[in-house]
Amino acid sequence: MDKIIEIRHLRKSFGSNEVLKDINFSVSKGEVVCIIGASGSGKSTLLRCLNLLEYPTSGEILYHGQNILEHDMTNASYRTKLGMVFQQFNLFSNLTVLQNCVVGQVKVLKKDKASAEKTAMQYLEQVGMSQFINAKPNQISGGQKQRVAIARALSMEPEALLFDEPTSALDPELVGEVLKVMKSLARSGLTMLVVTHEMGFARDVSNRVVFMDAGVIVEDDVPEVIFNNPSNERTREFLKRVLED
Amino acid sequence: MTADSSSLAWIIYFIEEYGSLFLYGAGVTLLISLSGTVIGFVIGLIIGVIRTIPMDHNTGAITRVSYKLLNFLLLCYIEIFRGTPMMVQAMVVFYGAAIMFGIHMSALWAGIFIVSINTGAYMAEIVRGGIISVDRGQFEAAHSIGMTHWQTMTNIVLPQAVRNILPATSNEFVINIKDTSVLSVISVSELFFMGKSAAGTNYRFFEVFFIICVIYFIMTFTVTRILRLIEIKIDGPSVFTIHGSQTVPEAEFRIVNRE
Repeated sequence: MDKIIEIRHLRKSFGSNEVLKDINFSVSKGEVVCIIGASGSGKSTLLRCLNLLEYPTSGEILYHGQNILEHDMTNASYRTKLGMVFQQFNLFSNLTVLQNCVVGQVKVLKKDKASAEKTAMQYLEQVGMSQFINAKPNQISGGQKQRVAIARALSMEPEALLFDEPTSALDPELVGEVLKVMKSLARSGLTMLVVTHEMGFARDVSNRVVFMDAGVIVEDDVPEVIFNNPSNERTREFLKRVLED
Repeated sequence: MTADSSSLAWIIYFIEEYGSLFLYGAGVTLLISLSGTVIGFVIGLIIGVIRTIPMDHNTGAITRVSYKLLNFLLLCYIEIFRGTPMMVQAMVVFYGAAIMFGIHMSALWAGIFIVSINTGAYMAEIVRGGIISVDRGQFEAAHSIGMTHWQTMTNIVLPQAVRNILPATSNEFVINIKDTSVLSVISVSELFFMGKSAAGTNYRFFEVFFIICVIYFIMTFTVTRILRLIEIKIDGPSVFTIHGSQTVPEAEFRIVNRE
């Protein structure tokens, strides 16, 4: 399979605190990979290392075989290849919904405004937010913000989309609308890497589930195995804990 | 007019006799404080942006050292001009330029220069505060779609920072309108200087400075109102229009702000 990203021996420390310990992991085209694990296990840090929002302490990040950390390409141009959806949405609060999806295309990809708006509208329609293009982020709900954030990331037409706990900051009744969009994206064949606490989504939608604990990848397998027959005791304990409530 | 004429009579007399002079002084005050605030804002913006450039693992040693040096010089500028009275700066710059460098500035240009660099020193820290108060997530989101630091600043961060520091900027403007009065020490013919001349000639201090006081207040109050209007304009409408409708495509709904 065509590996978009491969991580080798990745380590990340904050001061003396080693958050990621020798991570080896890859994402291939069309895969939907969920990363699960307890808070503080390093899931988000791993995702943030992937698009260099955190700079790894050591190791390699290969993008189609090119080592990103050796400056084969600039950080900025590498980041356009990976979309990112944040827990706190992080919509640009000075821009409208449409401008949020256009600004990157125009400024970074150097597309002209008309075609950028066309692309943006197409993705805003896909997430069901095309009616709200004139709204400012503080005028729409959390679920709507997250859907716009997804459209913003898609507008850059990245090779893969990274989701950092996309539903954790949402009111429970708004989680569904975001998950629905994510499910339809997964079905459309988009490569997705999702850090999530939504076990239902991980079990039903993903091709692979990665379980992390204390900075290491404990288990990396298809969801059927992880959820029904995990080989590691820590995985079993974690799932028992989260699936109980 | 005699010494025992009523204060009211004196006030009317001064308005009639010196009104145009006072207005000229008010004009000079406005000119100096407006240009000082605008230039100072630009200086502050440039310094604030420079002082928030992130140094990361990619930064070479030479860049790092020269940046540190530049930062140190900027800090010296900020500390010196914030830490000494503008009245004293006016003396030092106006007479210093003439004696040390043979530059004979007109009092007006010296005034604009001093107010600008003084405001710049304050604005530099205000702008820096405005930039670092923008949520980290805004930077991260901009970086995640591939924006460089410069693109992030110009498109995302500065528009938000400038909006947030507008109240502080209008504060600076008001302070400048009042503080240009200290420029009378280098004989800038601004409002206070005009008042002092009129009062001194007639030995009527209360009446003259009462008029001067009213003029200052009208200027500051007008300026704060105008800047408030600019803030509201920048914030945009509190409602937005729904784009299209499935049944009636040309229909436009207006949705009232949620917050």
